[in-house]
Amino acid sequence: MSASVVARRGSRWLPEIIVVLLLVGLPFGFVAAFDTVDLLSRILVWGLFGIGFDLLFGYSGLLSFGQAAFFGTGGFMTAYLLTSHTLTNVWLAMLAGVVAAMLLGVLVGYLALRRVGLYFAMITLAFAQLSYFVEDSPLAHWTGGENGLPGVPPPTIEIGPLTFSFGSGWRTYALIATLFFLGYVLARFIVRSPVGAVLAGIRQNADRTAALGHSVPGYKLAVFVLAAAYAGLAGVLLGIFQSYMPPGAFSVDTSGQLVFQTVIGGVGTLLGPTVGAAVWLFLRDELQQIPGVGSLWMFILGAIFVLLVTLLRKGLYGTVAVWWQSHAVARVAATRSEPRPRAAVRPHPGAAQPTPPSAAGAAATPVLEARSVSKNFGGVHAVSKVSLTVPTGEIYAVIGPNGAGKTTFLRLLSGEMVPTGGRVLLRGHDITGQSVTAVNREGIAKSYQINQLFNDLTSRQNLRIAALGRHRGTLRFDVFRAADSIPEVEESIAGVIDELGLAAIADLPVATLPYGEKRRIELGLALATLPSVLLLDEPLAGLSPGERQDVIRLIRRLAKGRTIVLVEHDMDAVFALAARIMVMHLGRPLAEGTPAEIRRDAEVRRAYLGGLKAHVHA
Amino acid sequence: MPPTAVILSQAFSGFAFGTLLALMSSGLTIIFGTLGFVNFAHGAMFMLGAYAAFLVLTYTHSYIAALAAGALILLVAAFVLERGLLRFFYVRPPEDQLLVTFGLSVMLIEGIRYFFGSDSQRVSPPSWGDGIVNFWGIFYYPLYRVEVIGIAAAFLLALYLLLYHTSVGLMVRAGIEDRLMVGLLGIDVRRMFLLVFAVGAMAAGVAGVIFAPLSAVIPDMGTPFLIQAFVVVVIGGLGSFGGAIVGGILVGELLSLTTAFNPDYSQVSIYLAMTLVLILRPRGLFGAVGRI
Repeated sequence: MSASVVARRGSRWLPEIIVVLLLVGLPFGFVAAFDTVDLLSRILVWGLFGIGFDLLFGYSGLLSFGQAAFFGTGGFMTAYLLTSHTLTNVWLAMLAGVVAAMLLGVLVGYLALRRVGLYFAMITLAFAQLSYFVEDSPLAHWTGGENGLPGVPPPTIEIGPLTFSFGSGWRTYALIATLFFLGYVLARFIVRSPVGAVLAGIRQNADRTAALGHSVPGYKLAVFVLAAAYAGLAGVLLGIFQSYMPPGAFSVDTSGQLVFQTVIGGVGTLLGPTVGAAVWLFLRDELQQIPGVGSLWMFILGAIFVLLVTLLRKGLYGTVAVWWQSHAVARVAATRSEPRPRAAVRPHPGAAQPTPPSAAGAAATPVLEARSVSKNFGGVHAVSKVSLTVPTGEIYAVIGPNGAGKTTFLRLLSGEMVPTGGRVLLRGHDITGQSVTAVNREGIAKSYQINQLFNDLTSRQNLRIAALGRHRGTLRFDVFRAADSIPEVEESIAGVIDELGLAAIADLPVATLPYGEKRRIELGLALATLPSVLLLDEPLAGLSPGERQDVIRLIRRLAKGRTIVLVEHDMDAVFALAARIMVMHLGRPLAEGTPAEIRRDAEVRRAYLGGLKAHVHA
Repeated sequence: MPPTAVILSQAFSGFAFGTLLALMSSGLTIIFGTLGFVNFAHGAMFMLGAYAAFLVLTYTHSYIAALAAGALILLVAAFVLERGLLRFFYVRPPEDQLLVTFGLSVMLIEGIRYFFGSDSQRVSPPSWGDGIVNFWGIFYYPLYRVEVIGIAAAFLLALYLLLYHTSVGLMVRAGIEDRLMVGLLGIDVRRMFLLVFAVGAMAAGVAGVIFAPLSAVIPDMGTPFLIQAFVVVVIGGLGSFGGAIVGGILVGELLSLTTAFNPDYSQVSIYLAMTLVLILRPRGLFGAVGRI
C-alpha cells in the first residue's frame, strides 16, 4: 500500500523531472548539431505560446484563431516601453507586456466568448486582424508600423557588483528555458486542479457543466485570459531573443503557425505544441537547404497537417504518449496483483447517503412552488398558467401526452428557460429568472431526458464535476490542489457511487458503458450536487423492465428528505410512486390530485388516460 | 471633410468591392448553412480563380474563357476535395472541419507558390474594360471597375435564382433550416452537399477571376479577402444569403469611405463595425435565432 503511494507520488512529478532533464540536456545536442542553441530557444518560445493555447483549445475546447493579437501586444508593449526609455527596468517592462496582453484578453474574450464553435474561431481571427491593422497604421508612430521595433534590450540581474545579462546564446536560452519550465509547471497544476476538471467538463458538455453549478462564462474567460498571458510572455521573449519586435507577430500567419504546431504535436498534451514547433522550425530550416524541395517546405507541412487531422487527431506527441501510457499501464497491471475493485454493492440503509443541505422542515412546508408559470414561443403557448406546490419528501408527477409541455415546464423550474409569466419559488424565495447555474446552487438539480454526460471521462470524473460545484462554488481558482484531493467532494462521490451501485464501473470511460449504466450516471450527476429538489425528466426512458424496478426503488429512496418532480410516460411507475399527479394537456393543467383521484377523473380519461387504458391497471 | 467628388468616387469604389465581397461571402454562407462548416479554404479558392484568370487572359485574352476556366477549376477542385476528404468530416466536430480546410488552404497556397513563385502577376482588364468613365464631370472612374459591379451582380442574381426559384434551391434552403429533416424526407443529402460545396467554391473562384485585373495576383491574396468575408458573415448572420449581400456591400463601403477620411482607419473600421454588431445583435443582422 505505502509502496504504491510512493510510486504514485513519484509519478506525479515525473513529467516535470523529465522536462527539466531535457531542458538541461538538449541544448548540448543542439550546440553539437547546429553550433548554436538559438534554434532550441526559438522552439521553446513557440512551445510556451503553445502551452497557453493548449489550455484554451486542447483542454477547454475553445479554438482561437487569433492568438497573434496577444503575442504581438505583449511583445510590442515591452519593446515600446524599453526602446522609448519609458521604463529602464527590463523585468518590469516584461511584466507590463504580459499584463497588456491579459487586458486585451479580457476585452476580446468578453466579446468573442459570447459565441461558440466556428463563430468563436472567426471572431478571434477578426480581432487579431484588427490588432494587426491598429499596430500597422494608427499606432505606427509608437510601434514603428511595418518596420517594427529594433533594439529590445535583454533583462539583467545584479548580484553585488556583478551584472549578469541574459544577452544572447546560452544566457537567453537559460532565461527562456526557465520561464518555459515555470509555465509548464503552472499549466500542469491547472490541468490537475478542480479548475482543470471543470474545463474538461466545459469542453465536452458546456451546458451540463453550467447546470451542475459552475460559472461556464467565468471559467471560459479565465482560461482565455490565461492563454493571452502565455501568448504575451512568449511575444515578450521573442522580442528579447531577437532584440527586435517584428510586426509579423500580429499577423494571421502567427496564429496559423500556432494552430499548426499544436495540432501536429498533439492537442491536449501541453508539450505537444513544443514538439510541433520543433517539427515546424526544423523542416523550415533543413528542407530549405535541399534544392528543388526547399520551396515546398510549407506545402509538406500542410500535407502532414491534413494527414494528422484526418487520421491521427492526437498528433505526434499525443499518439506516442497514449501508446506509452497504455503500455505502462499494462506493465503495471502485469506486475501488480492488486485485488479487483469490489463488485457493485447494493446500498444498505444508512450508507453514506448524500444529505441535502436543508432536509429539515416539516413535511407540509412547501419547498418548491410554481405560481401560474407560462412560456410562450411567439404565438405558441407551450406552457400556460401552470401552478404547483410540493412539500419536502413528496414525489410529484407530471404526466400528459407528447407535446403537452411537460419538459418545457421542467426547464422553467430548473432555470434553463426564463418563464414569460408567473413565478417560481424555492422555500418561499423567488428564483424566477435566475440562471440554471444559480438555480442549481439554490439546490435544484435535474436529470435529463437525453443523457448529458461527459463522454471521454470516467464515471467517477463525471460525478466529480458535479460534486465540485456544490463544494467549491460557481467560480474559484484553486489551481494548486488536485481535483481529487478534496475530502468532502470524494465523500459525496463515494456516496453516490454506493447509492447507485456504480462501484464496478466507476473508473471506466462513460462512452464505453451500456445505455442502462449511462442512465444511472445521468441521475448520479444530479444527485452529486446534493440537491434538495430533484427534477427527473423521464428517468425510466429506454430501460429494461428489471432496470426500471431498480430505478423506481431508487427514486422512492431518494425521496426521503427531498422533493422530487417527475415527468414520466410509464404510468405503472407514476401511479406507484407519486403522492400527487398533475395532468398537462396542450400546455395547460388539466387536473391535479392523488393517483386515485386522477384515475377517477372523467376529463383525464377522455383526454389522455382513456387512450392508454391498457397501461393503467387499477 | 474631403471634397464631395472624392467621397462619391470612394462610395462607388466601395460598392464595386462590396458586390465582389458579397459574391465571395455568399459562397461561404451557403456552404456553412447546408454543410454546417466554415470553409477556411475559401480564400485559397478565390486565389485559384485569380490564377485561372491570369493564365487564360494572358494566353487567350478571352474574359468569358477566363470566367469559365475559373468556375471549372473550382468545380473540379470542389468535387475532388468533397468526395476525397471533406465528406469524412461531416460527422466530426466543427473544429476538425475548420482545421482540415485550413490545412487544405495552406496546401493550395503553397502549391501555387511552387509553380508561380511569390512574385505578383499582372492581369490586364479585358479590352472592353479599358477606358475611363466620366461621371458628369464630378469624378472619373476606370471602366472595368464599373463593369465589375454588373458582372458580380449578375452572378449573385444567378445564385439567387438558383436558390429561390428552382426545386434544387428549395431543397438547399430546406437543408439550411433543418438538415436532418431534409434527409428524412428522402432527399439525397450527400449529393446536395456536393452540389452546394461546388456552387459555393465556384462563387469564390468567379470572384477571384473578376478581382484579378484589379489587383496584384499573388499566392496569399485570398487570405485578407477570406477574413473580410468572415467579417461580412458575422455582420450579416452566418447562413443567411441576404445577410451576405447586405453585409458585403456594407463592409465594402466602410472600407472605402473610411479611406476617404483617414486611410489609417480603413481596415480598423470594419472590425469595429463587427464588434458593434456582436454587442448589439450577436446573431448578426439577418441571422436566425438559435442557428448557432
